[in-house]
Amino acid sequence: MALSLPFLKTDTTIHDRIVPPSGFTARLTILTAGAMAFLAVFALTLSLATGRLAERWGGELARSSTVRISAPSDQVAAQTQAALDVLATTPGVQSARALDSEEERALLEPWFGPSLPIDTLPLPVLIEVIETSDGYDAEGLRLRLAGEAPGAVLDDHTRWRKPLVVAANRLRFLGVICLILITGVTAAMITLAANAALAANGQVIRVLRLVGAKDSYIASAFIRQFTLRGLSGALIGTVMGLISVALLPNTQASGGFLTGLGFQGFEWLWPFVIPPFAAAVSFFATRFAANRTLKRLM
Amino acid sequence: MIEFNNVAYGYGGRDLLTEISLSLNPGSFHFLTGPSGAGKTTFLKLCYRELEPTAGQIHLFGQATRDITRDQVAELRRKTGVVHQDCKFLDHLSVAENIAMPLSVAGKPMDVANLTELMAWVGLSERADALPAELSGGERQRAALARAVIMSPDVVIADEPTGNVDWDMSLRLLQLLIELNRMGKTVIIATHDMHLIRQAKSQVQTRVLRIANRRIQQAGVDL
Repeated sequence: MALSLPFLKTDTTIHDRIVPPSGFTARLTILTAGAMAFLAVFALTLSLATGRLAERWGGELARSSTVRISAPSDQVAAQTQAALDVLATTPGVQSARALDSEEERALLEPWFGPSLPIDTLPLPVLIEVIETSDGYDAEGLRLRLAGEAPGAVLDDHTRWRKPLVVAANRLRFLGVICLILITGVTAAMITLAANAALAANGQVIRVLRLVGAKDSYIASAFIRQFTLRGLSGALIGTVMGLISVALLPNTQASGGFLTGLGFQGFEWLWPFVIPPFAAAVSFFATRFAANRTLKRLM
Repeated sequence: MIEFNNVAYGYGGRDLLTEISLSLNPGSFHFLTGPSGAGKTTFLKLCYRELEPTAGQIHLFGQATRDITRDQVAELRRKTGVVHQDCKFLDHLSVAENIAMPLSVAGKPMDVANLTELMAWVGLSERADALPAELSGGERQRAALARAVIMSPDVVIADEPTGNVDWDMSLRLLQLLIELNRMGKTVIIATHDMHLIRQAKSQVQTRVLRIANRRIQQAGVDL
């Protein structure tokens, strides 16, 4: 006769269920993992965005510079041509061209708006200089420009580019520090929650030992439960974080630093590392707590 | 099977048990008596290595119990079924799951037919899916006994198993323990119920160990 015992699943499910499912430690673990994953998404966003920024400032802008011609109006054209001639014969200069009035308007538009009457303003002429990978001798070029076009001022962006690159790199470093702190706090909170769960389930441990359970059996039941809680909490937090990042306003047109704060392309895959990483942190934190507690309860 | 060689146990500088030397043979049936606080539970805890003696040597199944690892203690417990007066269960699991727990702990497969037979043997077939808190005192004792024997241990230890149940239930539990003994299990029962001992003596050869003045004395007509 076939027997049906729905109350009795398998010995595997008994092992999975020996730790009572309820209690504040369950909520604490899920909440902690969720909140930390949410913050980790933003720390990751910050790190990646500042990384891009530093790369752009350090790379693209490092190879460009500007020559500004500020001269009496009747000499502007002559000095511009003289400067272009000097630049054309300067080793390390790949190309040089004067910006037209539309390009200057586009440069000023973020500050003065689109209806700026640029033709009526005494604006200097700007020459965009693109360097070769070897670069040019800035001091030598300044001397030659001073001789040929007295109103030309070379700005190789060094003055403002360097601190910006340093700032971006520091921001990226802070983002990484945030991720490390988030990992540490998650591990600490889950260790505390696991310790509390182990202490609250002293009778469960005593009963299991009475029937011959080894520490590995007891520990694995707690580890499994806390790892799953860490994983599920981190999944929720990550999804919430991703939605929040996706809903960030697009500031490409008008933003300053905030331009590009978010994920681009394959970077959207990075946050999906967070849930398994949180599960791994939960695994090791609980194993540490369980082994220590079980040893103490001998 | 269980050997005590000049064993003592104490704490706080005071000996609770001392100079205990005895050997419990396979298939024997023992009662352990003595006044409350004499050390019956302590003696039983030494038998399943819940406690370690402060002096002397204990051998369980031929293995010295001093300085063994926790995993070795777990292995010893799997050969020993224990029933407490205040039976402890995992309250969130069903009675059947609690009874099957030692199998899960030992990584052994569940044989549903055997479990069903065991639950029928202790008269709990209808209570399989109940939670432990829903059981009466007698049902809890029988569930604890079923859990203690599901691994077919060589030794069954019962600490005041009839302390919280009426006389009819006491006799029923005793009958189950006698049946186990007839199957070749060594049985040790701590009790101060002389009626229960007399009842057992009429059915099975028993030895009575009495704890008095921190020592164990053998008593009874079979000495």
